[in-house]
Amino acid sequence: MSEARGAEFAKWSNEDGTGAGARGEILGRVRAALSDKGYAAQRATAASAAPAPGAPSPTPAQPAVPRRSPLSGSERLELFAERVADYRAIVERCAAAGLEEAVRRAVALADSVLVAPGLPLDIPGARVDDGLTASALDIVDAVVTTAAVAIAETGTIVLDHGSGQGRRAITLVPDRHVCIVRADQVVDDVPDALERLDPRRPLTWISGPSATSDIELTRVEGVHGPRHLHVILVG
Amino acid sequence: MRVAILVTCVNDAMFPDAGKATVRLLRRLGIDVDFPAAQTCCAQPMVNTGYLDEAVPVVRTFVDAFAGYDAVVTPSGSCAASARHQHALVAERAGDAALADAVAETAPRVRELSEFLVDDLGVTDVGAYYPHRVTYHPSCHTLRLLGVGDRPTRLLQAVRGITLVDLPGARECCGFGGTFAVKNSDVSVAMGSDKARHVRETDAEVLVAGDNSCLMHIGGLLSRQRSGVRVAHLAEVLAATEADR
Amino acid sequence: MTHTFVGMPPFPAAAREALANTQLRHNLAHATAVIRAKRAAVVGEVEDWEGLRRAGAAAKERALLDLETNLLRLEEELTSRGATVHWARDAEEANAIVVGLAQRHGVDEVVKVKSMVTQEIGLNDALVDAGILPWETDLAELIVQLGDDLPSHILVPAIHRNRAEIREIFLRQMAQAGRPAPALLTDEPAALAEAARLHLREKFMRASFAVSGANFAVAQTGTLVVVESEGNGRMCLTLPEVLVSVVGIEKVVADWSDLDPLLRLLPRSSTGERMNPYTSMWSGVTPGDGPQEVHVVLLDNGRTRALADEVGRQALRCIRCSACLNTCPVYERTGGHAYGSVYPGPIGAILNPLMRGPGDPQTDSLPYASSLCGACFEVCPVRIDIPEVLVHLRSRVVDGHRGDRLPTPEAVAMRAASWAFADASRLGLVERASGLSGTVLGRLSRSVLPGGRASAGRLAGPATAWTGARDLPAPPRESFRQWWARTDGGRDE
Repeated sequence: MSEARGAEFAKWSNEDGTGAGARGEILGRVRAALSDKGYAAQRATAASAAPAPGAPSPTPAQPAVPRRSPLSGSERLELFAERVADYRAIVERCAAAGLEEAVRRAVALADSVLVAPGLPLDIPGARVDDGLTASALDIVDAVVTTAAVAIAETGTIVLDHGSGQGRRAITLVPDRHVCIVRADQVVDDVPDALERLDPRRPLTWISGPSATSDIELTRVEGVHGPRHLHVILVG
Repeated sequence: MRVAILVTCVNDAMFPDAGKATVRLLRRLGIDVDFPAAQTCCAQPMVNTGYLDEAVPVVRTFVDAFAGYDAVVTPSGSCAASARHQHALVAERAGDAALADAVAETAPRVRELSEFLVDDLGVTDVGAYYPHRVTYHPSCHTLRLLGVGDRPTRLLQAVRGITLVDLPGARECCGFGGTFAVKNSDVSVAMGSDKARHVRETDAEVLVAGDNSCLMHIGGLLSRQRSGVRVAHLAEVLAATEADR
Repeated sequence: MTHTFVGMPPFPAAAREALANTQLRHNLAHATAVIRAKRAAVVGEVEDWEGLRRAGAAAKERALLDLETNLLRLEEELTSRGATVHWARDAEEANAIVVGLAQRHGVDEVVKVKSMVTQEIGLNDALVDAGILPWETDLAELIVQLGDDLPSHILVPAIHRNRAEIREIFLRQMAQAGRPAPALLTDEPAALAEAARLHLREKFMRASFAVSGANFAVAQTGTLVVVESEGNGRMCLTLPEVLVSVVGIEKVVADWSDLDPLLRLLPRSSTGERMNPYTSMWSGVTPGDGPQEVHVVLLDNGRTRALADEVGRQALRCIRCSACLNTCPVYERTGGHAYGSVYPGPIGAILNPLMRGPGDPQTDSLPYASSLCGACFEVCPVRIDIPEVLVHLRSRVVDGHRGDRLPTPEAVAMRAASWAFADASRLGLVERASGLSGTVLGRLSRSVLPGGRASAGRLAGPATAWTGARDLPAPPRESFRQWWARTDGGRDE
C-alpha cells in the first residue's frame, strides 16, 4: 500500500479497520431519520427490552405469514420430484436397498468421482475429498453428496455442508452433482426448511442445474455451477 | 337518496355529452341526479404534478359543493380515485382539521359510474341498445386504484345489439397520465400508439372507456392515424336506447 | 469502463433518444413480455400471494423502523463469527475500504459477484484507478463490462442487448480480457453461456479476492444471503481467500424467520421461477470452508436521507427484483439508460431522488417519468406504493422552486388553474371563452374527428406537445354547465 493510500485508508478506518467515525455518524443519521411521530408510535408497540442473544426481535404487530396447504407424505414426495424435474434436473426414486446401485448408475460414465467425507456409501473408485484445490476439483467429473433438507414446493435441495455433504467447493466446481435426499428430509415449503436449518452453518440452496436468463430472458441451463444435477430420492 | 353528478372539469369543458349521458341514464334508472353548480375540479391535475398548495382551494371547493349528498356519481374513474385517495393528502398539507373532516365525510361517497350502477343500484342490464362493434379499454385508475374489476364489461355485455370484442394488452396504460402527456410527450405518444394499434387490431368501430381524458389521448392518435375508429364514453353507450336510432 | 451516468440529460430528452432506437425497443419489448408471462404464471400458483406480499412488506418495514438496533446486532453477530465490519458514509469511503483491503493483500485483480451496490458506488472505476482489475462474473454484467456499456436493468443489466449483439461483443472483446471466445461462436444463448463459462473459468480458478453484495443480511444470526442463478456467485463466495461484501444498510432484516416471505417472493417476482438455482448463506468465517478472511462494508450513501422521508421511506423495502421495471410501460419503451442511474425504472424514479435529494435537474425529472398507471405497485412483492411516492416527490420538486424569482410556465398555469377551480363562477367565465374559441376553431378546422366532431387542428405554443402527434377536439360550443342551466338539467331539452 502506498503511503498516500495508507493515510487515506486510515482516515476511513480505525486501527482494526472498522471506520469508527463513519459508524457513529451513520447510526446518528439513522436515529435522526426515524425521530418522526409515525416511528415513535410504531416503536411504542414494540417491546422495550433488548432481545436476548439469538432470540427473535421484539415485533410491532406482524401479519401471519401465509403457508401453502399442507401436503400428505406421498403428495410431498411426488411434488418434490415433479418440481426438481421442472428445472431439467434428473430425479429418480429408489428404495433404501437400491440406493447404492442407483448411485453407481448415476456416476457410471464419470472417469473421476469424488465423494464428501462421511458419505455412508461405498462407491468403487471414488475419492474422498481431502481438501482438493479448485483446479483439482475442476477435473473431477462427478461428486456424490447427501443433503440437509429438501423443499417440495420449490424443488430445492439445501446443503448445510455437514457430514456427507462436504465443503462448499466440491458441489460447485465438478460438472455433475449427484445428491441423495432421504424422504424424511423433504418438507412442504420454504418456511419449513428455514425451521430445520441451522443459520450458523454455511448453507447452499440448489434448485436445478446452474442456469441463466441473461440473454433475452430466455432460460439456458448450464453456466458456472454443475451443469448436471441428479437427485436420488430414497424411500 | 340524494345523488349528485361530479361531471369533472374535462367533461364539463370538453366532453359535455358524457355528463348529459350520465344524467339521462341515471334518470332512466329512477335517480333524480343533481348538478351542484359550485363544483369545479377534483384537483388531480395539481396533485399529480406536485402542486399541493394549489390543490388546497380546489379541494375546499369540492367538499363544499358536494356536502350533504348520499352519493357523488362521476363518469371518470380517475377523478373518483383522486377524491378517494388524494384529498386526504391535500387536507393534511393544508394543516386544516376541518377540511380533513369534510374530506373524510365526502371522499368515500364518490362513486365511479360502473361502481354506482352495479354495487349501489344492483343493476347490470341498464336497458341500453347500441348496435356496434365495441372494444373496451380499462383505464388504469379505474382498474388499479378503484378496483372496479369486470363491472364495466358486465354492463357492456348486457347492452342489446352490441358486439363486444377483447382488446389485446387491455390492462396496459394508454400513456395519457395527465401532465405526463405533455411533459413526456414522446413516451406518452409511443405508449398511445401501441394502444391505438391494439384497438385497430380488433376491427372495432368504437373504443369505449370510463375516462374521457384517456379517450382524448387514444382518440387523438386514432384520428391522426385516419383509423376511422371513434371513441365513446361508457356512459354514452349505456345511455343509448332504441329511441336514439 | 469509461462510460458513466454522470452528465445524463433529464429524462424527457434521454427518453426521446432511446425511443428513436428501434433495435432497443424491439429487444426490450421481447424480453419484458417473456419475463412478465413467466412471473404471472408462478405468482398465480401461490395460494395467498397477497398475504405473502403483506408479510414481505412487514418484515422489511419492521427492520427499517428499528434499523439502529438491527445494524448493531448484525455487527455484533458478524464480528463474533470472525467477520470484520466496516462502515461507509458514502461511495468514496466504501471504495476506499475495498481498494485498501485489496491493496493490503497485494492483489492486482478481484472477481465480482453481480451487485447493484458496487455499481452504485462506482467501485470498478475506483479499483481500476488503483491498478486493480475487477472482473464481473455475472453473464449480463460481463456483457456490459466487455461492451464498455452501462447497465440498463436491475436483474439483467444487458437486457438492452440481443443475442446477435452479445455474440459480436464476445468475439470482439473476450480476447483482450482473457480466454478468447470460440472462433465459431453462434448466437444461440446456450453457446454464448458456454463461452462465458470457459472465459471466466480461469479467473475463478486463480482468484484470491472477491467482492460481493448481499440480498439480505440477517441481524439475529449475522447471516448474509446472495441469491443468484449461474453459480458465479458461489464461485466468488467460496473459492477465494478473501471476501468483501458491500451491503447497503437497508438490506438488514431482523430475524432468520424473516427470510421466509422474502425468499418466496423474490425469485417469483424477479426471474419468474419458483426458486432461483442457487442461494448462498454464510455467517462470518467457516473454518476449512470458503474464504478465511471475511469483511462486510455497511454503506449509507443516501439511504438515511431516504429513511428520513416519511412517505418515501418505503422505497428502502425494495428487494431489487425488477418486477416494476418489467411491467412498466415507460421502461419498456425507453429502456434503463434514460433514467441515468444504475437503478432505472419505477423504483429508480423514486430511489434516486430519495437518496440524492432534490435540486439537480436530471434527478428532479425522474418522478415525472411515469404515467402513474400503478402497474408497478400491483406487482411489487413488498408493496411499495411507487405512484404515491412519485406524487410525493413531485411535490418536493415543486416546493423546491417556490422561492424562484421567475416561475416556470407550468407553475403559472397551475396557479391560474387553482384560481379558476377555486370558484365555479370563475370556471364558468373560462368555459365561455373556451366555447367561443371552440366556435372559432371549429370553423377554421379543416379536419373532422371520427364521429363528426371538429378537430382543433395543430396548435402553437405549449399545446404543440399535444397536437404534434394527436388530434384534439375543438372545445364544444356549450359546456355541460351551460347546458344544465339552459335546459334545467335536461328536463327542458
